[in-house]
Amino acid sequence: MILDKLLLISVVFAALWTVMTRSLLKAALGLAVTSALIAVILFRLDSPLAGVFELSVCAGLITAVFVSAISLMKPLTHKETIALSRARIKKYWPLPIIISAVILIFSASTVPTSIRVLPEAMEQNVQNVLWNSRSLDLFGQIVIVLAGVFGTVILFRESNKKP
Amino acid sequence: MLSLLVLLPLLGIIILNLPLGHVMRRSAFVFAFGLFLIQIALAIFHYPGLLSSRLYVVKTFFNADFAFDHLSFIVLLSIGIVSLTSLVVGRYTIQNDNDRFNFINLLIIASIGMCGVVMVRDIFSLYVFLEVTAVSAFILIAFEKQKPALEGAFKYILMSAIATIMMLSAIALILLATGGMSFDTIRQAIFSSSNSFIVKLAVGLFVCGLFIKGGLVPFHGWLPDAYSQAPAAVSVLLAGIITKVSGIYTLIRLVTAVFGFTEGIKGALLLIGIVSMLFGAFAALTQNNFKRMLAYSSISQVGYIIAGLGTGVALGVIGAIFHFFNHAIFKSLLFVNAAAVEKQTGTIDMDKLGGLSERMPVTGATSLIGFLSTSGIPPLAGFWSKLMIIIALWMSGHRAYAVIAILTSVLTLAYLLTMQRKVFFGKLADSFKNIKEVEAGFAAAAIVLALLTIGVGVFFPLVFNFYLKAFIR
Repeated sequence: MILDKLLLISVVFAALWTVMTRSLLKAALGLAVTSALIAVILFRLDSPLAGVFELSVCAGLITAVFVSAISLMKPLTHKETIALSRARIKKYWPLPIIISAVILIFSASTVPTSIRVLPEAMEQNVQNVLWNSRSLDLFGQIVIVLAGVFGTVILFRESNKKP
Repeated sequence: MLSLLVLLPLLGIIILNLPLGHVMRRSAFVFAFGLFLIQIALAIFHYPGLLSSRLYVVKTFFNADFAFDHLSFIVLLSIGIVSLTSLVVGRYTIQNDNDRFNFINLLIIASIGMCGVVMVRDIFSLYVFLEVTAVSAFILIAFEKQKPALEGAFKYILMSAIATIMMLSAIALILLATGGMSFDTIRQAIFSSSNSFIVKLAVGLFVCGLFIKGGLVPFHGWLPDAYSQAPAAVSVLLAGIITKVSGIYTLIRLVTAVFGFTEGIKGALLLIGIVSMLFGAFAALTQNNFKRMLAYSSISQVGYIIAGLGTGVALGVIGAIFHFFNHAIFKSLLFVNAAAVEKQTGTIDMDKLGGLSERMPVTGATSLIGFLSTSGIPPLAGFWSKLMIIIALWMSGHRAYAVIAILTSVLTLAYLLTMQRKVFFGKLADSFKNIKEVEAGFAAAAIVLALLTIGVGVFFPLVFNFYLKAFIR
């Protein structure tokens, strides 16, 4: 239980750092750390498949995409960085308070201490879950990816027309 | 058979994007037009009682509990009609062939998302299809890559992300408390443990997420920017159906079939509905931008739908569903008119416009029908749905709210009359002496929507007996 609590607190701190840090690169890395910690929690909750997906997609693939995109950007000047840092602290100072309040509310409520794993989910393997139980969600995910492809083509492709 | 409503459009996109040179790009409009017509036909043919039950034994492609009832019929029909209208407007307002082709693809994807939302009976699948709709909507808003449109899309993404966090948290809590995600399982669990803090928190979070998606006050910040900055065809789609399906239909479905009419839910719906109704109307009064005024008007009209639902009585719920359909039609009509004005004059600043009815008689006349229906003038469709909502408010004991709803109707008449006077009546400005009416196809979209508004209103007894009465049963 102590380890679980430590992991949960670490996730909150990692997420806070991700939002409050002034460097985009550090934010991307903070997000990767948050995802990795969530993956560990998922492993501890007897959901290894969810953990593997979280680790490979969120902590791995998405971080790689973010870092590649950030490397293409022009870095900020020292003056801009300080201004951005101040604005960020001004904007996000209530965040730790809100998070602390939410944690307090949840600790006081009757949330079960041991998470129940659904029996039907335990009995099925990933193939069954994806292709039989949740095939509609898989279809939805395919359509979202398709929308993402069109979005990338439309929003990020440079126009061929010369000015 | 129901699976066809999401499978056919996907098949359509795959065929459209086959590497067949320019053939598919050129025929994309005709293809999508046919696809939406089939979608409307499928919705109509599935209407309970219209065809024999043999259709229901056809095994669905997915092993999922797709379902279809009277509410699904009305919403799927609205999706088909508004998507078709948006497609036609896009044909005349998006000049570049490539852009138009991409728009058609995204329009079809949005349609898949909306049809999925309407037919699923599982809360996680509902979330997945809401995301399909939202992702396509972000891209559609930012489609022209102009700074204001990007800003509108960004605000929509931000607010939608907050709604997503709320809904996902709610789904997790629901799974924790009920052990399942199908509507039936959740409903049974909620009724057996209605006092559970976790259940109350989950329902509250989900409903708040839907308020954001529906652009209701005080969660409306993104809506005026998104509606007014999006390209004309996208504004029609967003205002006509996307926001309604994502926020309002989902709310109606979940409250009536899953969460139930608890006192807390009814109170929240009534309050948010009445505040949205009033705020939207007052804000619309102060606008000079045609599309922004229509955006605030949408907030106000959606307030009527939510207030009707909040009464918790059969008449109120029927009125809400009927106003959902009517608003999809007449608000699409008004946005089509705004698109026509923008295309022909190059502006939607109402202070610069005037006397356009002289040069654009079809747009002017159909706008008149749209605004009269929005204001609830008899015998147009909007009158009947508003009347049902007001009577339901009165009969359920919320007499003050009923009076506010009547007064808001007067405010609606005031701001829409101001719009009609500023844009279509009065003296035609010299700079607009040479403008012409929009193309026949463009005008036809407005005429069809206007005829629907008149037809549904004039033949209200038939509409009530055939389609609305079923909800009482």
